Amino acid sequence: MERRGGGPSSLIARAAGAVYALAMTALGLVIEPLQRLLGARRMPWVFLLPNLLIFGVFVLFPVLLNLYVSLTGGTALFPQDRPFVGLANYQRLFDCQDLANPNTCVEDRFWRAVRNTATFTLLQVGGMVAVSLVTALALNRRIRFRAFFRSVYFYPVLLSPVVVALVWKWILQRDGALNGLLVTLGLEPVNFLLDGRWAMAWVVVVSIWAHMGFYTLILLAGLQSIPAELYDAAAIDGAGGWRTFRDVTLPLLMPTMMVVLVLAVIRAVQTFDEVYVLTGGGPGTATMMIVQYIYQTGFATQVQRFGLAAAASVLLGLVLLVATLVQLRLGRGTEGHLA
Amino acid sequence: MTVGAFLTRRRGRRAPDVTDVLTYAYLVVGVLVMFGPVAWLVLSSFKTQAALVQFPPSLLPLAPVTVAVEGYDAPLPLYDVTLPDGSVARLAQVRRVGLEAQMVDPEDPGELVRVPVADRTEVRALRLQTTNYTEPLRRFSFLTYLKNSVVVTVTATLITLVINSMAAFALAKYRFRGRNAVFLLILCTLMIPLSVILVPVYLVVMQVGWVNDLWGVIIPGAATPTGVFLLRQYMLTIPDELLDAARMDGASEWRIYWQVVLPLAAPAVAVLAIFSVMWRWNDFLWPLIVLTRSEYFTLQVGLNAFQGELNVQWHYVLAMTVLTLLPVTLVFSFLQRFITTGIASTGVKG
Repeated sequence: MERRGGGPSSLIARAAGAVYALAMTALGLVIEPLQRLLGARRMPWVFLLPNLLIFGVFVLFPVLLNLYVSLTGGTALFPQDRPFVGLANYQRLFDCQDLANPNTCVEDRFWRAVRNTATFTLLQVGGMVAVSLVTALALNRRIRFRAFFRSVYFYPVLLSPVVVALVWKWILQRDGALNGLLVTLGLEPVNFLLDGRWAMAWVVVVSIWAHMGFYTLILLAGLQSIPAELYDAAAIDGAGGWRTFRDVTLPLLMPTMMVVLVLAVIRAVQTFDEVYVLTGGGPGTATMMIVQYIYQTGFATQVQRFGLAAAASVLLGLVLLVATLVQLRLGRGTEGHLA
Repeated sequence: MTVGAFLTRRRGRRAPDVTDVLTYAYLVVGVLVMFGPVAWLVLSSFKTQAALVQFPPSLLPLAPVTVAVEGYDAPLPLYDVTLPDGSVARLAQVRRVGLEAQMVDPEDPGELVRVPVADRTEVRALRLQTTNYTEPLRRFSFLTYLKNSVVVTVTATLITLVINSMAAFALAKYRFRGRNAVFLLILCTLMIPLSVILVPVYLVVMQVGWVNDLWGVIIPGAATPTGVFLLRQYMLTIPDELLDAARMDGASEWRIYWQVVLPLAAPAVAVLAIFSVMWRWNDFLWPLIVLTRSEYFTLQVGLNAFQGELNVQWHYVLAMTVLTLLPVTLVFSFLQRFITTGIASTGVKG
């Protein structure tokens, strides 16, 4: 707490307190009469109202509207002007001679995006969970500067996706630092962002770089919640390092691990910003993800095909719903330490 | 020591051994990988345009050294020249003709020396090109973007704090019919990400008339389920007796909210405030959709527009990127312990 009296920081604190009191009293001029009007018993609804209003208009209603828009066609902006076309949008998305081959589909870009997203999710989640686990294990040891190292891994989590993408674009571009390093070592430079396979690989690496700190933190919390007595018991029983890891650490970390996996999958499936700024989905469509497909189909073209975009997002929502249900299923075992 | 020992060792009390060395090696490499790219960006942002296109690039921002020579109007670039007798002299270049350069000794400008181009190397020194930072402020709408970002971040965070804490207060401190239903509804929407309802939210925002309006960015994301959940959990720990005592003193429910409960929930409010600032400052997809006219762009959208131009002016883009990551970095360096414990205890990042 601030000490009373001098010092600029206590002055600022008192000024902030005064502004707070003033603002809240002003809001009270609107809300306090409501208590006299409605009675104290209805006040909880008054407190809930602003949040629920925004919530209803910008989250709940859109969920329903999304289903309806996905059943309409045309390019009209207002839902009431849009002709009802039934399942035509979904039919179009699934209109393929061979589902395994995007080239045979009418909406080939959608299936390329689905494929890219699946590849990306598999590689990114797998790689990230592995790296996060090793890092959490390292941070869980008796080391100096622990807080410093922990925050180092966490720093990129706070950077905006646009900044993350630009930082790496600057390194990976044709005349960038990485190619400079390769040339200095006597190797051939590579056009990392203009070669499909390289671009996907780097998109995965950059995404791991940007997000691993968050999952490391959660895994570290999980590691620290394992009771020390169990390790002592294992040591008394003569269990070696690897055996202790396999039979004590890993099983007890499993619930946390599962939550991490599902959270990471939910996030990876929705990847957009970093990839979009880093590669623009290219070269060609090599790194185009589902959300980018939705964005471009609905917003970034001359002909805004809202119906098709909505249908694609309903499908994305279904995938996420399944992932979330899995998470809830697993969540029962984790003593609810994750929201 | 084996891999297994590394994997299981916890904070113990043993003398350092191979696994400790491995751990530190891993962590130090980690520092390089996590900080290196950002450090490289910051270093590069101070380079001249010429140094930026140089390949392979130099680590530090170096610029050619020039010298004023008597008898020449413009300053001349300095070169280290290997003379035919093997000695090295520092000469200024007057002009280059084919594979030969005409050079003069700055001390003795009378005599022109002809030197093969291959025998000379540019003299360069550390120089910070600060115009990379000042020019975009003057020439581009950087300040407009900055202003828009600040307006969005501050307004949205204030609104989020007030309405989320009000809702959390109602859910934590009252018993009423429908409370559980409302709470469940809010929890469910934790799972509906914006990317799934892009189209309909856009249609709603358009009907309201908020396309190309900062309100269209501020309001739709203000009722965060994360915030309500976080604050409610915290407010549950505040004893009801305090509220009852205030009621006895004749305080209205609103006064109880802002004078009793909210100050006691300050730690949770602070965590939400930090989250909200991060979310809003870094937000990209939604502003990209709602704001299509450049005078309304936020920093993130503006930065993306700059880097997407046909001729990317990297010297400006890099400097603006540094300015964009600066506030987050400052917040992080002061509050990192707060942020990491907040995340570890709630498991939310947003």
